[in-house]
Amino acid sequence: MALHDRDRIFRNIYGVHDVSLVGAQKRGTWDGTAAFIKRGPDWIVNEVKASGLRGRGGAGFPTGLKWSFMPKADPRPSYLVINADESEPGSCKDREIMRHDPHLLVEGALLAAFAMRAHTCFIYVRGEFIREREALQRAVDEAYAAKLIGKNNSNGWDFDIVVHHGAGAYICGEETAMLESLEGKKGQPRMKPPFPANVGLYGAPTTVNNVESIAVAGEILRRGAAWFSGLGKPNNTGTKLFQISGHVTKPCVVEEEMGIPLKELLEKHCGGVRGGWSNLLAVIPGGSSMPMINEADCQTLTLDFDTLSKLKSGMGTAAVIVMDKSTDIIAAIRRLAYFYKHESCGQCTPCREGTGWLWRILSRMEAGHASKSEIDLLFDVTKQIEGHTICALGEAAAWPVQGLLRNFRPVIEARIDQFTEKRRAAE
Amino acid sequence: MSVRRLHPEQPKNFAFTPENEAWAAATIAKYPPGKQASAVIPLLMRAQEQHKNWLPEPAIRHVAEKLGMAYIRVYEVATFYTQFQLGPVGTTAHVQVCGTTPCMLRGAEGLKDVCRKKIHTDQFHLSADGAFSWEEVECAGTCANAPMVQIFADTYEDLTPELLEKVIDGYARGTPPKPGSQIGRKASSPAGGFTALTDPALYDGSTLGGWQHRLAEIDAKSALTAAASASATAPEKKP
Ligand SMILES: Cc1cc2nc3c(=O)[nH]c(=O)nc-3n(C[C@H](O)[C@H](O)[C@H](O)COP(=O)(O)O)c2cc1C
Ligand code: SF4
Ligand code: FES
Repeated sequence: MALHDRDRIFRNIYGVHDVSLVGAQKRGTWDGTAAFIKRGPDWIVNEVKASGLRGRGGAGFPTGLKWSFMPKADPRPSYLVINADESEPGSCKDREIMRHDPHLLVEGALLAAFAMRAHTCFIYVRGEFIREREALQRAVDEAYAAKLIGKNNSNGWDFDIVVHHGAGAYICGEETAMLESLEGKKGQPRMKPPFPANVGLYGAPTTVNNVESIAVAGEILRRGAAWFSGLGKPNNTGTKLFQISGHVTKPCVVEEEMGIPLKELLEKHCGGVRGGWSNLLAVIPGGSSMPMINEADCQTLTLDFDTLSKLKSGMGTAAVIVMDKSTDIIAAIRRLAYFYKHESCGQCTPCREGTGWLWRILSRMEAGHASKSEIDLLFDVTKQIEGHTICALGEAAAWPVQGLLRNFRPVIEARIDQFTEKRRAAE
Repeated sequence: MSVRRLHPEQPKNFAFTPENEAWAAATIAKYPPGKQASAVIPLLMRAQEQHKNWLPEPAIRHVAEKLGMAYIRVYEVATFYTQFQLGPVGTTAHVQVCGTTPCMLRGAEGLKDVCRKKIHTDQFHLSADGAFSWEEVECAGTCANAPMVQIFADTYEDLTPELLEKVIDGYARGTPPKPGSQIGRKASSPAGGFTALTDPALYDGSTLGGWQHRLAEIDAKSALTAAASASATAPEKKP
C-alpha cells in the first residue's frame, strides 16, 4: 500500500506553502464549491454517505448518515457546530488543519451546513490554540471578503461562521458539553436523549462534527465518493491524518490511507521505533482513551476502526502513542488516570470519585506499595465507572486502566513483590 | 475535577479599557439576540489579558453585569475552566509545561525540573522577582512535537531541558526565541525531511477543474438513463 501524494487531501499540513486564500485556491480548495451546492443538499449528503466517511472525532459514526438526521423543514434555525477542541492526549491534527489548511475547513463548513440546511456555523476551538484560532479567523475573514461566505455570497447559500473558543476543559470536546459551553455555561454534558439533532444549541437542531470530518468534504465532492471509498478498506475508507508521538525516532503528523499497517506507518514516516522494532513495548492506537495494544498484536496490526475494535481497543482520533521497552508502563497509565481525574466535570459520582480512585491506586502500584488483591479491586473500580455515567469520559478513564491490567498484570505483580521484598529486608 | 478558588487578595475595581469595551460589544454581537451569555468565555479571557494575565474577582462581576448574567453563573465559569488564572502569574512569562503521557514519554519531567530550578520549587508561585511562574498543564494538543511548553499565546516544542533554559533566558532578556519547534523542523513534519507532499503537481494549479469532467460524466449518464426510460414502453430494470 502506498498512498500517492495526489490522493492526499491536506496538501499544506506542514505549512510550507501559502496559507492564504490565493494559495489554498491554487491547491484546489474552493474549486467547484458553487457547482456542488447547485446540485442540492441531498446530492451532497448522498455523496458523503457513499464515500463511507466516518467521523474523525473519535467515535467513527458515518458522517453522511449523521447529516441526514437533521430535520428538513423546521421553523427553528439549524446549526452546524465544528468540534475543534482537540484535547485527547496524543491528538494534534486539527491544529495543523486550522493553522495551515484552514480554507479546507471553511469550505467544508459551507458544504456541510448547506447539506443540513443550516445558515450558521460555530467553530469551537480549544482555548489554548490561540495562534490556530487567529489563523482560522484570518481564513474566515478572507472568505467573507471574497464573498465565498456571508450574505449573498457567490456560492449561493447564505452562511455565517463564528469562531468561538473554550478556556481549557477537555470535557468540552464531548458534544453536549460543547453546546453547554457555547451557551455560556460550565461544560457539563447533557443527558441524551434528546439528541442534538432535535434539541441542540439554543434548543435548535444541531450537528456536531470534528474538524477533519468537515475539512475533507470539499475534496470528496471534487474527486467523488468512489475515489474516497476506493482508498483504505471496506467500511474503513479514505485517508486519515495520523499523529504519531512517543518513542519513535521522528514523531510526526502524516496523512495516510486508513488501514495502514502500524509497522509500515512507523517505518515509512517516523524512522521506526526508537531502538528498532524489537524494542517496542506497546502502543496506544487512538488517543489516550483507547486501551493499549501489546507488542504481539502490534506485529500485524492495521490501523482502522474495525481491526482495532476487534482487539477491544479503538481507532479514536488515530493518535498513535508509541512506547518502547524503557517505558514504565504503570507510570504511563497512572499519568493518564491523573488526566481523567483532572478533567472529570464532576456531575456523576462514579466518574468524579472513581477517577480519583484509579489515580491513587495506580500511584501506589507504580511504587509497588499495594497488595495484589488490589489489582482486582482496581479492575472492579473501572467496571463501576464504565457504563454508569452521563458521558463517555467515564469509559475513557476506565479503558486505559483495563488495557494495562489485560496486558501487564505480571509487571504490576512484580513491582509489588519487589517493594514487599525491600521492605522485608529493611525490617 | 480540580477545586479552584479565588485569590485572597483582590483589586477593588475592574473595568474594560475603551478598546476592550468596543471589542466586547463586537464580540457579543456575533451571537444571536438574547444569547449574549455565549460571549462569557471570550470576555473573561479578554479581562484576564487586560489584568496582567490573571482574572480578578471584580472582573468576574464586571463581565456578569455586562452580559446580564447572575454573578454566580460567571463565577462558575471562571472556576470551571482551567485557563482562567485565579491568582497572579509571572509578568514576563507564565510557563505551562505539558505533563501528560505523550510529553512525559519524551522527557516532560526534565522540563518541570528546569522550572523548579529556575522559577520556583512549586508551581503557581512567582519567582523572586515576580517575573516568572510555572504550572503543569494537561495535553496541549501538540503531542507530535513533545515535550513542549506554552507561554501565553505561543508554544515551544521539541524541547530538552537545555532548550527550555534557553527559552526562559530569552524571555528574561526580552528576546524570546521564535516559537514552534526548537530543533528547526517544519511544524509536525518528520525531522530530517518530508516523507509525503513532495509532488510539485499539487502546488502548480494543475489539479484544478478535475471535478468538471466527473460531473459532466454523471450528467451524461443520467441523461442517457432518462432518455432510455422515456423511449422504453416498460421501465427498464437496472442490472
Ligand atoms: C470526553 C470526550 C471528549 C471528546 N473530545 C473530542 C474532541 O476534542 N474533538 C472531537 O472532534 N471530538 C471529541 N469527542 C467526540 C465528540 O463528542 C463527537 O462525537 C464528535 O465531535 C463528533 O464528530 P465526528 O462525527 O465528526 O467524529 C469527545 C468525546 C468525549 C466523550
Ligand atoms: S462521566 Fe464524568 S465527565 Fe462525563 S458527565 Fe459524568 S462526571 Fe462529567
Ligand atoms: S501530551 Fe503534551 S502536548 Fe499532548
